[in-house]
Amino acid sequence: MARMKFLCDSERCIECNGCVTACKNENETPWGIQRRRVVTLGDGLPGEKSVSVACMHCSDAPCMAVCPTDCFYRTDEGVVLHDKDQCIGCGYCFYACPFGAPQFPQEGNFGIRGKMDKCTFCAGGPEKDGSADEHQKYGGNRLAEGKLPLCAEMCSTKALLAGDADVISEIFRERALTRGKGGELWGWQQAYGKDGAPAPAPAKKEVQK
Amino acid sequence: MLMQKNKTAATRRSRLTRDVSLSAPETIDRRTFLKRSGIGLGVGAVAGQLGGGMMRQAEAADPGKEGKVEIRRTVCTHCSVGCAIDAEVVNGVWVGQEPVFDSPINLGAHCAKGASVREHGHGEMRLKYPMKLVDGKYQKISWDQALNEIGEKLLAIRKQHGPDAVYWIGSSKHSNEQSYLMRKFVSFWGTNNCDHQARVCHATTVAGVANTWGYGAMTNSYNDMQNAKAIFFMGSNAAEAHPVAMMHVLHAKESGTKIIVADPRFTRTAAKADQYVRFRSGTDIPVIWGILYHVFKNGWEDKQYIADRVYGMEKVREEVAKWTPEVVKEACGVDGETLFKVAETMAKNRPSSIVWCMGQTQHSIGNAMVRAFCILQLALGNIGKSGGGANIFRGHDNVQGATDLGPNPDSLPGYYGIAAGAWKHWARVWGVDYEWIKSRYASEAMMTKPGITVSRWIDGVLEKNENIDQGPNLKAVVYWGMAPNSQSRGKEMIEAMKALDLLVVVDPYPSATAAMGAMARKDGVYLLPASTQFETVGSVTASNRSLQWREKVIEPLFESKPDHTIMYLLAQKFGFEKEFTKNIKVTNNEPSMEDTLREINKGSWTIGYTGQSPERLKLHMKNMHTFDVKTLRAKGGPCDGDYFGLPWPCYGTPEMKHPGSPNLYDTSRHVMDGGGNFRANFGVERDGVSLLAGDGSASKGADLQFGYPEFDHVLLKKLGWWDDLTDEEKKEAEGKNWKTDLSGGIQRVVMKVHGCHPFGNAKARAVVWNFPDAVPLHREALYSPRADMVEKYPTHDDKKAFWRLPTLFKSVQQKNKDIGKDFPLILTSGRLVEYEGGGEETRSNPWLAELQQEAFVEINPKAANDRGIRDGEDVWVKTPTGAQLKVKAQVTERVDATTCFMPFHFSGRWMGEDMLKYYPEGAHPIVRGEAVNTATTYGYDSVTMMQETKTTVCQVVKA
Repeated sequence: MARMKFLCDSERCIECNGCVTACKNENETPWGIQRRRVVTLGDGLPGEKSVSVACMHCSDAPCMAVCPTDCFYRTDEGVVLHDKDQCIGCGYCFYACPFGAPQFPQEGNFGIRGKMDKCTFCAGGPEKDGSADEHQKYGGNRLAEGKLPLCAEMCSTKALLAGDADVISEIFRERALTRGKGGELWGWQQAYGKDGAPAPAPAKKEVQK
Repeated sequence: MLMQKNKTAATRRSRLTRDVSLSAPETIDRRTFLKRSGIGLGVGAVAGQLGGGMMRQAEAADPGKEGKVEIRRTVCTHCSVGCAIDAEVVNGVWVGQEPVFDSPINLGAHCAKGASVREHGHGEMRLKYPMKLVDGKYQKISWDQALNEIGEKLLAIRKQHGPDAVYWIGSSKHSNEQSYLMRKFVSFWGTNNCDHQARVCHATTVAGVANTWGYGAMTNSYNDMQNAKAIFFMGSNAAEAHPVAMMHVLHAKESGTKIIVADPRFTRTAAKADQYVRFRSGTDIPVIWGILYHVFKNGWEDKQYIADRVYGMEKVREEVAKWTPEVVKEACGVDGETLFKVAETMAKNRPSSIVWCMGQTQHSIGNAMVRAFCILQLALGNIGKSGGGANIFRGHDNVQGATDLGPNPDSLPGYYGIAAGAWKHWARVWGVDYEWIKSRYASEAMMTKPGITVSRWIDGVLEKNENIDQGPNLKAVVYWGMAPNSQSRGKEMIEAMKALDLLVVVDPYPSATAAMGAMARKDGVYLLPASTQFETVGSVTASNRSLQWREKVIEPLFESKPDHTIMYLLAQKFGFEKEFTKNIKVTNNEPSMEDTLREINKGSWTIGYTGQSPERLKLHMKNMHTFDVKTLRAKGGPCDGDYFGLPWPCYGTPEMKHPGSPNLYDTSRHVMDGGGNFRANFGVERDGVSLLAGDGSASKGADLQFGYPEFDHVLLKKLGWWDDLTDEEKKEAEGKNWKTDLSGGIQRVVMKVHGCHPFGNAKARAVVWNFPDAVPLHREALYSPRADMVEKYPTHDDKKAFWRLPTLFKSVQQKNKDIGKDFPLILTSGRLVEYEGGGEETRSNPWLAELQQEAFVEINPKAANDRGIRDGEDVWVKTPTGAQLKVKAQVTERVDATTCFMPFHFSGRWMGEDMLKYYPEGAHPIVRGEAVNTATTYGYDSVTMMQETKTTVCQVVKA
């Protein structure tokens, strides 16, 4: 079974917000709810980089681990979804999520926190695929139609990739090879420090133990 | 309620930044900035209003409901790239938008604007029915009443003051057919007082480039940039203005193409470049001559190419010799080493390409700037080559087509001009009597005199009558699909609107014109709702000259009507609807767009708009997958051998099957293969020097392997080619030339039989002797903070009658020589990816509006700190016109300490005041902000009347 992932190639992302708007278009989320955002680092400075971020559909999803009502579930394709009927809008998942993916619409007269909303990888929710109910609660279900998330399909520079993890990592690997650089962006160095340090300090300590 | 929402957004953002980038410098990006600053009651109220619309739409979009899904193929209306879109329609409702991966132009890709077009199907903020300003408020009226009242008033003005008293502003957002009909319509009304966005967009390009080598258009294509080894952007921020073009550019970069960006501002495009050159706004020529200096010094110019194909390069060499690195640095602030590197990169990575946009065109010497850039490419031998070229990215989706065919004040469709011969040619095509058209005009002189430009219509109203070069002042203005906030001197525009007898807006949205009209006046303003391009059919020309046919996605929303229907109804009112649609079928007052394109085909021989029949275009739209992405050529299938969209020139009749021209002036291909050479349009000799191309420098396989003049019946006979024409063709071609022979016989024989180019084969001109500066010279902007540079590089002398108006240069510059003392900062403007043009349409789209909620000014930390301004604070941007704009300060290193930048898409606030109350109820843009052009200063290009908006001055103070 394919395992669905997003990957944003920061060498290509130009922060055009095509992905953000495509998401709006497909899922009709209301004003103030953006399941996907583009984050720019070093804005206006040499080395400026942008990356498009939404729910990363983690393999070991913290939101899933902390949810008090256990409303999350993972599909066979590795997509992390949730059941809005079960969600109590507590916001715990938001604190757990490293990417700030969960969103909460304001509801009612007092602006209370509504049911959590997040990227579904364009895979809808627990309701019947393509049903009106599903569409109203979660937006489109493109996976059921054999299509990929619209954000990636419409990306202006093909920076945002979505699909089977093996396939998109192969696409990215080929790009990094052609460029002769950039592979490090997703590797050890980016996560734990530059200058080719072979391994970060905490790991060493563990080895010594 | 919204406060909280925004707070959470900000919290999330900072978390992310911390997590992802430990070492990132402490900056605030534009999104965070705007999210934080976009807190306001207005936004909250709108969000509330949107609820209903979204719900209804969600119901319509219910995939479970009954009804067949129909796919309609259309093209994005937001920029000149030409991205294809598949619209999913159920029961007449636009329920889904799918990427067209088959499109060789965009491969399914979209920017924010393209990804948002389905929202047009919602149209909450559209102008819904005809309206009339009564006692300062807009009231709904019927179409009949609107057409009657507008018609009567216009006819009364025509009777009292003559046809030149009405100004018609057409649109670069009209389809080819609509903009063509618009020019015909205005001609039958009897004036040349018409114009459209191209005037304030690429007018300097079109004039400069056409005068250099023949046609005023992008020479290659977005796709062809994949073949470049170096790409040099100057005054173009493609990452925000043409994002999908960056797909091709970044793909090229990954294969080793070097990217250079020169811009006063470190743009998002610059962030992707290998080399970035920051220079002082308005000094493009010193930068380019500074580069060419190194090219010549190191002998990197293409000597054979220059000898064979370029006229006057030695004169350029003399001028460039003056621009030593020291002189260049003094003028533009860039050192010799940096420019040496640019020169070396462009020279050693050929074919190298250049890109420019409005950063280079919108200056009082824009015509010279673009020519300097062309000359750099000629020196390097890069024009007429795949991977090279001058890739001029146009702005609006059909600004190229509207320039080619539409309401231009100095030309009939196809750049025929407005001399008597041009009128007679088109009279023949239209099937109307030349004398009748003449009778519609005030006089024959007015018929052949270029009209007032859209950049100056306000002076056509306000200037003293004795100073203007036409009978009456302007009494009525019709804004037919253009934003007023894209023209400079907004403060004076309000005065002009007050002075008019009548102001008419025809637009899908009320546009800033409606609000400004209601602010300036109590009555005499009418609004007519036009349909968008998704509610009609027609062809659109992308920047690379490819034509695409749009299918109708949905029926016109609310009471709106297609622009050509409105034209027909007004023509009826004016009594010339029969002449107007002589060759065109009319159904329910709607002229057939197919018939209109056939009429265009019948007459536009000059630029090869003749081969693109509606049938051929529709075939291309259905068979996109057969076209190669890099070459744009179809391999096999029903379009075999054609280039996608039959990029003009596509000469001859459709039956001749010319494949279109992917790269202009390319001698490496046969003319029937899309090849060509530079145009012989300026005579055959100048001061004893031949202007024709050198021996051996002709398009592949041409019978004449040397320079030759353009073809007419005489030359054909001299060459003994006359008998290659059929008898039928001979009858028509007798006494005609390649531009006026309606049979297409001359083009057929010259091209198909003899492999030659109908427009001749000449040299490109480095020296354009008919322009004010034959060799491009640097001249300071009229408003420059550098008095020393004004002294050294003064502007032109004032002109008395220029496009019917007195036009000031030196007197304004001299008067403001020391303006830098009070206004020390340069004010420049540009685009944001989410919005387009004047921005009313896109700011009315909630999906886009949400992403950019505030107008702002970018100011460098040093300039801000010196003024006690902190990031996100309200500031006043003040200019010498006395206007002041209240916007948010965005403190950023993106601009240097002498420059401020404002996006130009905003309107709906006026010097601190919200104009909401001036819009028709429920039809206002969701996001409103100060228009930069409310405050821009005087200044116009010395050839085209392009406005100078990219270099003016301002002061910024804390609000």
